[in-house]
Amino acid sequence: MSIVDIIIYIFFSIGIFFNLLAGIGLLRFPDVYTRLHAGTKCTTFGSIFLIGSVILIGFRSWYFGSTDGSVLAIHSIVALIAILLTNPTGAHAIARAAHRSGVEPVNAVIDELKTKTKTKSQSDKSAHNKKPEVGK
Amino acid sequence: MIPFDTFIIVIGAITLAVVMAIIRIVRGPTAPDRVVGLDTINTIVISSMVLFGAAYNQVIYIDVAIVYALLSFISTLFIAKYLEGGKF
Repeated sequence: MSIVDIIIYIFFSIGIFFNLLAGIGLLRFPDVYTRLHAGTKCTTFGSIFLIGSVILIGFRSWYFGSTDGSVLAIHSIVALIAILLTNPTGAHAIARAAHRSGVEPVNAVIDELKTKTKTKSQSDKSAHNKKPEVGK
Repeated sequence: MIPFDTFIIVIGAITLAVVMAIIRIVRGPTAPDRVVGLDTINTIVISSMVLFGAAYNQVIYIDVAIVYALLSFISTLFIAKYLEGGKF
């Protein structure tokens, strides 16, 4: 067993561990926002290591003279870049949609975004009420 | 070389996380909970597709994973926009 094999096995274990943590966090956390932390960050980190192990396998077989290994490694890098770009963006969209559709954080003491949007809408409303007075 | 059974064991282990996310989709009290579970399942399916491509030495599986990543991103954005209730 060479040292690259050992590194690949370590990457496999880290990937399995963090993906299982994502599942457990989805089951155990009390709230949409905390579940979003578990379900998005942990799977992104685990997928980095699982796909990184495939990239290592591809580079090793490329080093030993196989052209299939280079194709495997480079396509895996493209898949990893796609995951790294799309996953946090999707999580941000889900969190914004959850907050705007009125889902409250459980056990939250202060919600600064809610107060900020409320004062903004109140100022909009007061500006809207002022308009007819100006017309008078 | 990595034996074939190792890949199958790894894929079986991360399928347990898919099962937990399906439980969250069935039980989720609100709609955004279900969307979070769906997003988690998408990411795990992408990484298991890449592992299958390495196990069977077929590069076409990884191409399918790239397309699946981009399409699942678009579907997540549209579901979020629908929950938000805004104009498209």
